[in-house]
Amino acid sequence: MVLIAIAAIRLRDLFAVVILFGVYSLMTAVLFMDLDAVDVAFTEAAVGAGVTTVLMLSTLHLTGRWERRPRHSPMLSLLVVTVTGAALIYGTLDAPRLGDPEAPVHQHVAPRYLEQGPTEVGMPNLVTAVLASYRGYDTFGETVVIFTAGVAVLLLLGIREGPQTKAGRSAIGDQIVLRVVVKALLPLILLYGLYVQFHGDFGAGGGFQAGVIFATGFVLYDLVFGEGDARLVVPPRWLHRLAALGVLLYGGVGLWSLFDGKAFLDYSALAHDPVHGQHLGVLLVELGVGITVFSIVLAIFFALSGRGRRA
Amino acid sequence: MSNLPGLYNYWIAVCLMMAGFYIVISHGNLVKKLVGLALFQTSVFIFYISLGKVADGDAPIVTPGVTLYSNPLPHVLILTAIVVGVATTAVGLALVVRIYEAYGSVEEDEIQVLDGADDDANEGTTSLEETPEADRQ
Repeated sequence: MVLIAIAAIRLRDLFAVVILFGVYSLMTAVLFMDLDAVDVAFTEAAVGAGVTTVLMLSTLHLTGRWERRPRHSPMLSLLVVTVTGAALIYGTLDAPRLGDPEAPVHQHVAPRYLEQGPTEVGMPNLVTAVLASYRGYDTFGETVVIFTAGVAVLLLLGIREGPQTKAGRSAIGDQIVLRVVVKALLPLILLYGLYVQFHGDFGAGGGFQAGVIFATGFVLYDLVFGEGDARLVVPPRWLHRLAALGVLLYGGVGLWSLFDGKAFLDYSALAHDPVHGQHLGVLLVELGVGITVFSIVLAIFFALSGRGRRA
Repeated sequence: MSNLPGLYNYWIAVCLMMAGFYIVISHGNLVKKLVGLALFQTSVFIFYISLGKVADGDAPIVTPGVTLYSNPLPHVLILTAIVVGVATTAVGLALVVRIYEAYGSVEEDEIQVLDGADDDANEGTTSLEETPEADRQ
């Protein structure tokens, strides 16, 4: 991984840099898997290796592939980086060892989540339980951040209708093998997205991953069958509304519990049985997250890909 | 000192972070800078996730027969951070596209030169506008 990072510094072909970064992300996902973070590995694989690469490639298409040779000498920056790195490594000398169960991180609230989580929230996947229930406020904040970022991109670029968005024209030409493969894979990808969305309580997965996987399916369709066809399936003007709907759904669950006399996002207001309420609440909240992430990722892709090269 | 090798996870994170940092400060191409920033970001993710690891622990999904789990809290933080990261990167890319449309370049030094030329041009026009005023006086 360090090697890939160094290669990325040296190369001036930005196309190669972006592809290397995709490989790097995939390796990071494998590393996360090894460190027991299955949900995170899942997200990294879908986001880093999938969405980020496509978005960066779309930008490169607009701005050009080659980097210029830097004019000033790299020695000063090299010095700054070495000094900072040495200071950071010196700082780690007192840090807890990898895998130490006595490390301070494992002492505060984590034991409570691990011991009480299964009975209080009633779902096996503790990451989902912490994400949507214990830390529901944070996740609401994150969803709003994603929504805001999407709005910012749309304000900066807007989704344009151009000659390349006509139905039946694809960015990579008419590739029969790709068409057949994508046609076979697409239903599976979308089905898997739905599975990840609604099975997040039990196995790895949840709204964030599902939203990204679902959007990746559409991006793939777009790349192979042409922008126009993808836009017929999901009209861009729906995407703003969908994104807002996701945030509203999340916030609405919070307000519902508020009107019921409970705290904001207290899911026990949703059903008579608190554990049942938790289930319903987490399901709705994850659905809100999924809808927002899906529509924002797709809207960003449409905004970047629909922009023609400047004449 | 005997268990110093147990720190290698931090060192990998530091190396990757410094690689990203180096790209950000030494390269002029804005797309490359964003790649560097993303590299920096993943190094922080690796740092967090390695903090959450418990030796011999299992993934934090409750399974009968497993008693030791890794810490789920860092996983939650990083999971959302990754998706937020791609959203913010997209904002950066959108800005780069707009900069390219305005300046015709994504190289930092060229943009600065163009900016300097713009400023000079503006000073020129203002001084031209001011001269008739001076004449009248």
